[in-house]
Amino acid sequence: MSAHWPAVSVVAVSVLQLILVMLGGPLLLGLMRKVRCRMEGRVGPPLRQPLLDLRKLARRERIRPEHASWVFPFAPVALAATTLVVATVTPLLTTHPLFGWSADLFAVVFLFLLGSVSLALGSLDTGTAFGGMGASRAMTIGALTEPALLVAVLALSVPAHSSNLPAIITRSLAHPAWLATPQRVLALVAFLIVIIAESGRLPVDNPATHLELTMIHEAMVLEYAGPDLALVKMAESMRLAVLFTLLANLFVPWGIATAPGPLHLALAIGATAGKVAALGTAMAAFEVTVAKLRLFRVPELLAGAFVLAVLAVLSALVVP
Amino acid sequence: MGADVLYSGRPAVVDTGDLMPLSTFALDLNRFGALFVVITAVVGLCAMVFRLGYSGHGLSSRTASVILPLFVTSLLLVPAASNVTTFLFLWELMAITSLFLVLTDHRQRAEVQVAGQWYAVMTQFGAATLILGLVLLSTRCGGQSFSVMAHRAPHLPAWVRSATFVLTMVGFASKAGVVPLHVWLPRAHPEAPGPVSALMSAAMVNLGVYGIIRVGMDLLGGGPTWWWIMIMALGGLSAMFGSLHAATSNDLKRLLAYSTTDNIGLMLLGVGASGLFASTGHRTLALLALVAALLHLVFHSIFKGSLFLSASSIQQATGSTDLDGLGGLLRRMPVSGPVFLLGGAAISALPPLSGFVSEWLLLQSMLHGLPSTNVSIALAMPIGVGVLALTGGLTAFTFVKAIGIGLLGLPRTVGAERATEVRRSMWAAAGLLAGLCVVLGVAPFLVVPAVLNAAGDVTRIHQGSTLAHGWQIGLPGLPGTLAPGLLALGLAAFVGLVALARRLIHPGPVRLAEAWGCGREEQSAQMEYTATSFGEPLTRVFEDVLNPSRDIDVSHIAESRYYTEAAVIHTSLEDAFERRLYRPADRSLRRWGAAARLVPNGSVHRYLAFGLVALIIVLVVLA
Repeated sequence: MSAHWPAVSVVAVSVLQLILVMLGGPLLLGLMRKVRCRMEGRVGPPLRQPLLDLRKLARRERIRPEHASWVFPFAPVALAATTLVVATVTPLLTTHPLFGWSADLFAVVFLFLLGSVSLALGSLDTGTAFGGMGASRAMTIGALTEPALLVAVLALSVPAHSSNLPAIITRSLAHPAWLATPQRVLALVAFLIVIIAESGRLPVDNPATHLELTMIHEAMVLEYAGPDLALVKMAESMRLAVLFTLLANLFVPWGIATAPGPLHLALAIGATAGKVAALGTAMAAFEVTVAKLRLFRVPELLAGAFVLAVLAVLSALVVP
Repeated sequence: MGADVLYSGRPAVVDTGDLMPLSTFALDLNRFGALFVVITAVVGLCAMVFRLGYSGHGLSSRTASVILPLFVTSLLLVPAASNVTTFLFLWELMAITSLFLVLTDHRQRAEVQVAGQWYAVMTQFGAATLILGLVLLSTRCGGQSFSVMAHRAPHLPAWVRSATFVLTMVGFASKAGVVPLHVWLPRAHPEAPGPVSALMSAAMVNLGVYGIIRVGMDLLGGGPTWWWIMIMALGGLSAMFGSLHAATSNDLKRLLAYSTTDNIGLMLLGVGASGLFASTGHRTLALLALVAALLHLVFHSIFKGSLFLSASSIQQATGSTDLDGLGGLLRRMPVSGPVFLLGGAAISALPPLSGFVSEWLLLQSMLHGLPSTNVSIALAMPIGVGVLALTGGLTAFTFVKAIGIGLLGLPRTVGAERATEVRRSMWAAAGLLAGLCVVLGVAPFLVVPAVLNAAGDVTRIHQGSTLAHGWQIGLPGLPGTLAPGLLALGLAAFVGLVALARRLIHPGPVRLAEAWGCGREEQSAQMEYTATSFGEPLTRVFEDVLNPSRDIDVSHIAESRYYTEAAVIHTSLEDAFERRLYRPADRSLRRWGAAARLVPNGSVHRYLAFGLVALIIVLVVLA
C-alpha cells in the first residue's frame, strides 16, 4: 500500500465495486446456467436472463403470509444489506477499498452468518412446515460449515500475521512463493467445499430443484414473492459473486489494482471478471458431473473440509 | 463503589478484626474484583426491578424476600474477599442462599426437589475441594491473607502449587458449570424463579471463572503449561457439549442453562490460552487472551441476564417454557419478543452486537499465537479456533430455533394464543440489558479499558498502549483492527437504502395472503415445524454423543389391528455424563453405603472395640 490513494478514488472504487457486484452476481448465475445447459446439449437462456427475472419479479405486488410478523419482510433486507457491506469494504478490485483497514476476514464470516440467520428466521416466521424444514437444514449445514470455514481463514491469516483482507492479499502479492505451498493448496480445497455449502450449490443443495422435500435454500424462500423474492435472489447471487471474487483474489491475487488510476482499475476489472468467470465455469462443469448428496452425508463432506483446513494450519509447522 | 475502584484504580480496603472470631473479616477490592462487582451490580439491579412485576414461583414469600438480598450481597462481596476465611464464608453464604432460592417452589413441584438435591451435592462437593485447596496453600504459605499468599506461593514446591491449582479448580469449575461438573445447571436453572436463574447464570457462574483466574494467575502467579492445556481442554469440552445440548433442548430455560455452560467454556478457552501464552513468555498475547475472555464474561452476563429475564416474562405470559408449546409471541409481546431476539442475536455473535466483539478478540488472540515453534501452542490454537467455530455455528442454530419456534409463526397452545405483554418493570429490566448489548457492541471502548485494567491487575502485565482507539479496537503491537461502530453504521445505512429502494419500486400496501401448503384447507399450528423436528437433523448428525432414545406407542382400534387409533412418540435425550459418570457413581456409593451399614450394628460393645482398635492404631502409627 505504498501508492497514495486520494479519498475520492477510494470512494469511487467502492461504489464501482458495489455496482459491479450487483450486476455481476446475476450475470455469474447466468453464465453458470449457460455452461450447464451447453454441457447437457441444450442452448440455454441468455446470460442476462437472471437480470430479466429480477426485473420481472420487482414489478409484481408484495405479498406476505397472514400470520407473519415484521421479521418476514425484514429478512431479505438484512440479507442484502450484509452482502452489500461486505462488497463495499472487501478488496474485490483494489487492495485499497473504502474502510479497507476494517475489512477483517473473521468479520466477513460473521456478517454472512447474520444474513443466513435473518433468512432462516424469516422462513420460520411463515409458520409453514416447508419454512421450518428449510431453516432447520440450512442452519444444520451452516453450523457444521463454520469450523472448516474459520480454520481455513486461520490458515490464510497465519502467514500474513493478520486476518485483515487487504493485508493478506498485499502480502501474498509480495511473496508469490506462498501460493504454491501445501498449506495454501489444502486451504483452497477447504474453502471450495465451504463455498459450495454456503452458497447452496451441488452437491450440497440443488438450486434448481422443484421438489420441496429435497429443498434446503429454496424451501426457506418458498413464501417470498415479487420484490421480496427479487431481493433474496439478488442477495444470493451477489453473495456468490463476492465469495468467488474473494476466493480468486486470495489464491490468485494477480491483476488486482495496487495503485490508483483508471488504467489499473480497468485492468483489475478485466482480470477479476476473467478469474470469476473461469471459476464459475469450472464450478458449473463440476456440478454437471455430480449428483446431490444425501443430507446426512453432507456432514462427512464438511468434516473432510475441516480436516483439510486443520492440516493446512499444521503443515505450516513442517513446511515453514 | 465497584465502579469507582474499576475506573480510578484505588483499591478499597475493609478490615475488621472483631466481626469473625479467630480470624479477620477482610475485604480488599482491586480492579480485577471490581469488574465482577460491577457486573453483578448491573445484573442484580435489573433482576430486582424485574422482580417488582414478577409473580409466581413463590418468590414473594417472606423467606425468599429475606434471602434474595442476602444472596445478591454475597455475590457482591465474594470478589472483594482478601483472606481465605472471609472468602470461604462468603462463598458458602452464596451457595446456601442460592440453594434456598432454587428451592422456593418445592411444595408445588417435585422436580424442584430433585434439582435442589443435585445442586446441593455439586455445590458442596465443590466447596469441599475448594477448602482443601485453599487450606493447603495457606498453611504452606504461613498466612491466610491473599497478599501474603501471592507473595510466597511462587516459591513453594511444584506439587503443592499443582495440587492447590487442581483442587481449587475443581471447586470453581463446579460453580461455573464446567463439564463434567455441569449437571446441576440444566436442572436448577429451569426450576429456579426467573430473577434467581438470571442472577445465577449471569453473576454466580462468573465467580467460578473469577476463582480460577484469581488462584491460578494471581495467587500462584501462573504455572506450567499443562495446567493451562487442561483448562483449555475443559473449556473446549464444555463449549462443545454445552452448545450441542443447547441446540437440542426444547425447554427454553434448559436451553439457556446449557448455553451458559457453553459460554463459560469459551471463557475458559481464553483463560487457558492466556495462561499458556504467559507460561511460554508471550506476555502481550497472554494479556490479549485474558481480555478477550473477561470481555466475553462481561457481555455474556449482560445478554444471558436479558435472555433469562425475557424467558421468564414469556413463562409468565404463556405459562410454559416448552418451545413446542409457544409460537407467535413476537406479535403478542411487542417488547419482550424483540428483547429476546436481540439477546439471541448478541449471544450468536452476530455483528454489530456485543458477543461478536469478544469472539473476534478471542479469535485474534489465537491467530496471533501462530505460527509457533511451541508444539502445544501450535496444536491448541487451531483446535481452539475449530471449537470456537463449531460452538458459534451451534449457538446460531440454537437461537434460530429458540426465536423461530418460540416467537415466530403460529401459537401452538392456548396459553401462547392468549399471551399478552408483561408488566412494564419486567420488560424494562430485560430491555435495559438488551440495550446494553447493542451499546457495548457498537461502542466497546466503554468497557475495554476497564477490562484491560482488570486483566493487567491480575496478570501483572501492563501494556502502555490500549486496545481501544476511539471507535476501533486494535491490538497493541499486532496488526488487526475491528471497527464495530463503522460496521453498525454501514449495516444501518444499507438496511435503510435497501428498504427505501423496495418501497420506491413498490409503494403500494402489502397484500396479506394465506401461506402455500400443498392444497391443504387451512393453516394450523399442527402443521408447523416443532423444536423437536427443527433439531432432528442435528440430533442425527451427533447421534453418538447425544444418544437419542425414541419410543413409539401405537394403539389399534378394537375391530382391526390394521387401523391405528392413536400413535404417541416419546423422544428424549440424556446427558451423556449423567448416564455414564453420575449414575454409576451414585449406584456404587449406594452399594458402599449399604455395605458400611453392616459395621455399626447398634451394639455398644462393638463400638467400644472400634474405639480401642482405633487407639491402638494411632499409638502404633505415632510410635
